[in-house]
Amino acid sequence: MKTWVTPGGVHPPENKHQSLTLPIGTLPIPEKLLIPLSQHIGTAAKPCVELGSAVLKGQKIAEAAGPVSVPMHAPTSGTISAIEHRPIAHSSGMLAPCIEITSDGKDQWQAHQGVADYKNASASTLLQAIAEAGIAGMGGAGFPSAVKLNPGHERPIHTLIVNATECEPYITADDSAIRERAAEIIEGIGILSQILGHPDNIMIGIEDNKPEAIEALEPHVQGSGISVRSFPTKYPSGGEKQLIYILTGQEIPSGGLPADIGMVCINIGTTYAIKRAIVDGEPLISRVTTMTGDACGINRNYETLIGTAVSHMLEHSQFNEERCSRLVMGGPMMGFSLTSAEVPIVKTTNCILAPSYQEIPDDEPAQPCIRCGLCAEACPVSLLPQQLFWYSQAEDYERLEAHNLFDCIECGACSYVCPSNIPLVQYYRHSKGEIQKARAEKVKSDHARQRFEFHQQRMEQAERDKEAKRAARREAAEQAKATAGAANNGAAKATAEGQSGDSAADIIAAAQARAAARKVSPEQQLAKFERSIAGAEMRLQMAEEKLTEADAQQTDEQKNILVAAVEAARQKLEQAKGRLAEHIKEHKGEQVD
Amino acid sequence: MIETIAQYPILAALIALVGLGILFGALLGFAAEKFKVEGDPIVEQIDELLPQTQCGQCGFPGCRPYAESIANGDAINKCPPGGQATINAIANLLDVPAPELDAEHGEEAEVRTVAYIREDECIGCTKCIQACPVDAILGAAKLMHTVIADECTGCDLCVEPCPVDCIDMLPVEETIKEWHWPAPPTTADIIASDLRPQL
Amino acid sequence: MAFKQITSPHAHASQNTGKVMQLVLWATLPGLLALTYHFGWGSLINVLLATATAVVAEALIVQMRGRSVSFYLRDYSAAVTAVLLGLALPPLAPWWVVVVGTLSSIVIAKHLYGGLGYNPFNPAMVGYVVLLISFPIQMTSWVTPLALLPEGVSHPGLIESLSIVFAGYSPADGVTGPTPLDSFKYSDGLLVEQIYSQNQLFSQAGIAGVGWEWVNLGFLAGGLVLLGSRIFTWHGPVAMLAAIAIMSALFWDGGSSDSPGSPLMHLFSGASMMGAFFILTDPVSSTVSNRGRLIYGALIGVLVYIIRAWGNYPDAVAFAVLLANFAAPFIDNYTLPRTYGHIDRRRATEKGEEEKSK
Ligand code: SF4
Ligand code: SF4
Ligand code: SF4
Ligand code: SF4
Repeated sequence: MKTWVTPGGVHPPENKHQSLTLPIGTLPIPEKLLIPLSQHIGTAAKPCVELGSAVLKGQKIAEAAGPVSVPMHAPTSGTISAIEHRPIAHSSGMLAPCIEITSDGKDQWQAHQGVADYKNASASTLLQAIAEAGIAGMGGAGFPSAVKLNPGHERPIHTLIVNATECEPYITADDSAIRERAAEIIEGIGILSQILGHPDNIMIGIEDNKPEAIEALEPHVQGSGISVRSFPTKYPSGGEKQLIYILTGQEIPSGGLPADIGMVCINIGTTYAIKRAIVDGEPLISRVTTMTGDACGINRNYETLIGTAVSHMLEHSQFNEERCSRLVMGGPMMGFSLTSAEVPIVKTTNCILAPSYQEIPDDEPAQPCIRCGLCAEACPVSLLPQQLFWYSQAEDYERLEAHNLFDCIECGACSYVCPSNIPLVQYYRHSKGEIQKARAEKVKSDHARQRFEFHQQRMEQAERDKEAKRAARREAAEQAKATAGAANNGAAKATAEGQSGDSAADIIAAAQARAAARKVSPEQQLAKFERSIAGAEMRLQMAEEKLTEADAQQTDEQKNILVAAVEAARQKLEQAKGRLAEHIKEHKGEQVD
Repeated sequence: MIETIAQYPILAALIALVGLGILFGALLGFAAEKFKVEGDPIVEQIDELLPQTQCGQCGFPGCRPYAESIANGDAINKCPPGGQATINAIANLLDVPAPELDAEHGEEAEVRTVAYIREDECIGCTKCIQACPVDAILGAAKLMHTVIADECTGCDLCVEPCPVDCIDMLPVEETIKEWHWPAPPTTADIIASDLRPQL
Repeated sequence: MAFKQITSPHAHASQNTGKVMQLVLWATLPGLLALTYHFGWGSLINVLLATATAVVAEALIVQMRGRSVSFYLRDYSAAVTAVLLGLALPPLAPWWVVVVGTLSSIVIAKHLYGGLGYNPFNPAMVGYVVLLISFPIQMTSWVTPLALLPEGVSHPGLIESLSIVFAGYSPADGVTGPTPLDSFKYSDGLLVEQIYSQNQLFSQAGIAGVGWEWVNLGFLAGGLVLLGSRIFTWHGPVAMLAAIAIMSALFWDGGSSDSPGSPLMHLFSGASMMGAFFILTDPVSSTVSNRGRLIYGALIGVLVYIIRAWGNYPDAVAFAVLLANFAAPFIDNYTLPRTYGHIDRRRATEKGEEEKSK
């Protein structure tokens, strides 16, 4: 069957055989499991258990917060031992809210069952079950599956694409899952098809370097209307956009979703999770994760509980820290480095890579870009990485957007081929972050402008109202004007007399005050002292009031505190007065001038 | 006429040059007229670039008055909250060289700050509310006040008026969602790291 | 356990800039051999002298700029520039010509513009043009090819060549002579046929001048190797050669006395092949996209032909390349590739969001 060819792409060494020698294994249940509340795209889940409470395996421990969010479940039975910020698997090495479960070792399931008579259940029932099971895309991005599978009536789906490409080197999680669980996967795809109203085309896209997996799928797809499409191996074929183009020749519009062109693309691991959720009623609490790299004695796939610490995996894989050049979550092309092994496996973790220095040596220092264009030849979305790099360095964000920076999928093909070892992708990530930050700031400043304008209108209105009152009280007018003129003496006085200058004058005054404070102009100093005296007086007065009020009912101890407060306020007042006197003395000459 | 010109090559060259100059000048003028971009009035455009902190450090009661003043020829380097980035952007817009920030008006802050009221110390005097240019402070007389952090521009104007000094400007911490990769060390820096030792 | 924070991708291809440049150096070998065989030791001396000068100049400047010398020399870019300049210079040119040219290339055209990756003009060609304008006589006297040397005269030996280059001895009579392109330029009134039959340069040659065709074939071979190892794409060279071929076919004029020469003659003489595969493919100063390279290559081809046919200089690759360097940013602006998911190509200077409906 016809497949299309994407531009660019690279052929890094595959290194997949290492982890395929053994079948999918399991690890002993770790003592503690750490479940981050945000493992997906969207709002973080909200904890729904208390510290110290006992939970059963599969029990919900955090609720979805909002439509684009997924709940979290206990991967094993035990007690909640912490709900706090912990380091999670993230490039930044920063902390994020997590729930920690201390295992009781019994691994005791809560009562669960699948959707009754799911073959005849409505799409909404099934979607509900998928959402409840906490399923988010397991290929890497972690988009909540129930949202993805519900594109709405305006966007009827005619094509369902199941992504079994697994184009990243080293990773074999999907490959091994297909080999061992083909029947369940196909059942999962059947459920998806049912949810989407039986789309015309259902395709499984898979690279031709997985003949065993293709063979395992073949008998199960007979007569099911599902076609298995294999295509030549090339990185990155597994990106959603790339896969859709390879299989259908169509492109997702820039900034759009597959649903915009009537397609849904789901990772094959996710279909298995969906089958478990619908048929067996099991939420997503474990996944297949590849443990590979030369720094580990054992390379294989594990059915790993979500929340298992990476260090736990390493321990059971004969990890040799000496040999390990870096620790990567994900594959060698798009995975991110971990700064600590004490971070948990999450729903999107398909691989832990612990390469030796021979496999992935430390990066060489970057040389200047010679504009050789190898990067442009490798880019799967036809960007000009060398130009993006150039403008990133120059921080020319306008040009970056004109060069479609935001269509970069960060696949790393350009950095992979760059003979000058330039960390291109890091430049793009940085620039994207900066542009997004600038956009957010723009929104914020526009908002501030609106509020400022509103504030000014309000002040003007207040001023007009006051003006009207003033007109009514002609006698007071003279005096009022005089005080308004003296508005510089500080807001304190002005308010005390029941009027404030117009807002502009206020702001100017304050600004000048601050500017002057830096220059320490005597007048301003004076005003400041006066204000602080006014403040201290007010405080003293309040403290005394409190004390008199309190006298009747309160205990000695509390009274003592209040007395002390009065005393402190009095002292502060004295101090302020002292400083004022000093100041006046100092600047007497100047003031006369 | 032609002959005289032919006899004096210098004259010919001069005429040719002047002619060309006039021709291209006319062309440029025509193009400028024809392809003129109708945009926002310049004040709007400058105001768009200012950070809208409304702090008055520039010596104007808010960003817009300063924008108006720039449009009338004021210096463009008086806004510390915007810092060099804003100066560059305005310079770019007005097509003038970008000066350094005028230290007279303050220094560019490293991190964004927002005001935070130590609520147990607040006496409810409402002075900060009056000072806030964007109405980011909530509260009523004699009741404890609080800052809506999302609305606060970090302008600092409320700190000064507080009679009991209970307002702090706290740095805004970066969240994991806001984090992004720092720029890699530039090529020059990497080379600089193996700079030969300066003797 | 603490690990390093490193950005993806973690895997890298084994290619590096030094290796790329070395490969380019190796690929000039067939051309250099052909030059040496047909025109004597001169070119080899040029190349070695230029390389030595370039390496010293590069080291000094890098040192002056306070950078690591060994790090910069390892990229071999100075050597490539020097070798290309050395190959382009006439054999047996005086040593100071070579040195001045190389210094212009390395110091002025490269480092004064910011060093590798920042030079807007092809450094080797800047050096060449500086020389061509400053020392026209030295730059236009070319050695007679081996096959056409008069009876009893041979190319100077190595020692003799060295003394010609360094001590200013003049070569024996008959050792220098016109190039095929010169012959065409200065043979007014002769039909092409007549030139071919009367001028030994052509009558003893296959297609485009004794010796010259082999030199060009040598550079073609080297270029194809580079093309095969994907050092550059086919777009630039093919566009340039096609443009030369088309132009010369258009103005062939039936071989009349006005004809500037046949397509084959233009493709295989002068610096055509070297220009197409080694000069125009200099990535730094050329355009960035494949579509841009097509235009860039074609522009050079057309300019080469125009200058050869109607200009004052017999060969024109250097001028054509420099002129096209000027045009490169302009071409780039209009030749961005169409990105996945976009309806149309954008312009590099476009502002804001793209108009989605077109
Ligand atoms: S591959 Fe590297 S050196 Fe070559 S053009 Fe791209 S960024 Fe520059
Ligand atoms: S990381 Fe971006 S620019 Fe580089 S090859 Fe991938 S899509 Fe293209
Ligand atoms: S200094 Fe303050 S008020 Fe003035 S422009 Fe800058 S942010 Fe606005
Ligand atoms: S709360 Fe204070 S710092 Fe924040 S905007 Fe209002 S006055 Fe400025």
